[in-house]
Amino acid sequence: MEFELDSGNTAWMITASSLVLLMTPGLAFFYGGMVRGKSVLNMMMMSFSSIGVVGLIWVLYGYSLTFGTDIGGVIGNPADFFGLAITDAESLMAAVGVPATVAAGYQATFAIITVALISGAIADRAKFGTWIAFAALWVTLVYSPVAHMVWGGGLLGPEGPIATALSVPIDFAGGTVVHINAGAAGLALALIIGKRKGFGTVAMRPHNLPFVMLGAALLWFGWFGFNAGSEFAADGTAGRAWLNTLVATGVAMLAWMATEKFRDGAPTTLGAASGVVAGLVAITPAAAAVDTYGSIAIGLVAGILCALAVGLKYKFGYDDSLDVVGVHLVGGLVGTVMIGLFATDNAESFGVWYPEGALNGLFYGGGAVQLVTQIVAALIAVVFSFVVTAIIAYALKAIMGWRISEEAEVSGIDLASHDETAYEVATGSTVTEVR
Amino acid sequence: MKLVTGVIQPHRLDDVKTALEGAGVRGMTVSEASGYGRQKGHTEVYRGAEYTVDLVPKVRIEVLVTDEDVTAVTDAIVGAAQTGKIGDGKVWVVSVDDVARVRTGEHGDAAL
Repeated sequence: MEFELDSGNTAWMITASSLVLLMTPGLAFFYGGMVRGKSVLNMMMMSFSSIGVVGLIWVLYGYSLTFGTDIGGVIGNPADFFGLAITDAESLMAAVGVPATVAAGYQATFAIITVALISGAIADRAKFGTWIAFAALWVTLVYSPVAHMVWGGGLLGPEGPIATALSVPIDFAGGTVVHINAGAAGLALALIIGKRKGFGTVAMRPHNLPFVMLGAALLWFGWFGFNAGSEFAADGTAGRAWLNTLVATGVAMLAWMATEKFRDGAPTTLGAASGVVAGLVAITPAAAAVDTYGSIAIGLVAGILCALAVGLKYKFGYDDSLDVVGVHLVGGLVGTVMIGLFATDNAESFGVWYPEGALNGLFYGGGAVQLVTQIVAALIAVVFSFVVTAIIAYALKAIMGWRISEEAEVSGIDLASHDETAYEVATGSTVTEVR
Repeated sequence: MKLVTGVIQPHRLDDVKTALEGAGVRGMTVSEASGYGRQKGHTEVYRGAEYTVDLVPKVRIEVLVTDEDVTAVTDAIVGAAQTGKIGDGKVWVVSVDDVARVRTGEHGDAAL
């Protein structure tokens, strides 16, 4: 196939890649503000380090493992595009005139943020070296397979067995690949690594809510590249994804605040920021597959359900510290499943997209088949991610160990793992050695 | 000589300072403090988890005065800090053996 460059689409995709990459430092602030002042640096380092570890793996074999020639419906061939040896004709986005380098870069930013999302489940207590090893193993053994299954022509794609038996699963920008995947992994890690000392009794309140708001703002801004960029082109469908990313997110923020107002007495900034992220997560898979009313409904349900779901960890006793399960797993499920109710290709709703072979949702005259398809795809993602993550986590527990010492955890992981403190005023310190 | 110490609501500080100046006080030490009395603390809610915060912010004012000024100064603080609500604070007086002014080395009432 002859490759013909489309400079408009290419310019948009380079811009969108930069927007999505900004989400990871944004996440560092979102998460960093939510932990206590003695562990903010470690929290931010877990996000930042993901850019290094995953970025490196991606250009070596990660991209190929995801988008290389299909092996058994589960994984791509890592040798195909090792080191990103790809011609533009082989570009993932060749059909819309976007070169291979741009396509590979865009996909890298998704892998990076997905790994970083998981870190919120294990705040304040994980050995940094074990985290680095986990990031490398997880992107290889969990992210790449799931992304391959959904977007690389695997089991959950348009030619997979689910598409044959039911309908083509819809995941526009990563509800299964990114959020359900990270959420299920976060649950597995929180269970295996165990609770922080004092979980449920000691007050572990966010040390800097303005950081949380700043992080939510950066995430939202970057998310326009995540969702509107997932069209791979500068067109009206990208515009539909952009609009839905605005509306569903705003509605989810209002819904979370309203839930708090009725239940707790006051809408909080942490609730507003959390509602923003819950809405963003939920609209991700549906971004261009639903119309205005679908996006409002998804935002509303996500805001309320996620606000209620974050309390589950206290009831069930797992220390998912920053609610990766309550926000990303639950939000990802809400969006993925609700596509089965609201998916539409109605021309009057402007710009909506869904892959060939998918059906309208239950409320749009398509019957229940798409709903069942979405539920099945979501469950497969949950089970695969949870099981493989648990295997990686147990292996690392045996080889490297996950927990820092109890003293280090109480006095603060920043000092224990990084020889730094975020806010301590240095008193009585002198320079003793210069390297 | 006496040391008058008041622990008051932070938002009353400006009025108390004005009242003390009106009572002829020329210097004071003010610091941020936290604590609770009969009003206890308040609750905060983070993602549905309720935290009881016992210690609430207060301001501590310390003034050194001569024996004859002590009642006027104490009354000035109480008068200006009072809102009538629980949590207004306390004022107490203790005797001071000696005071020295660092700049001049003066002692006693001359140092105030």
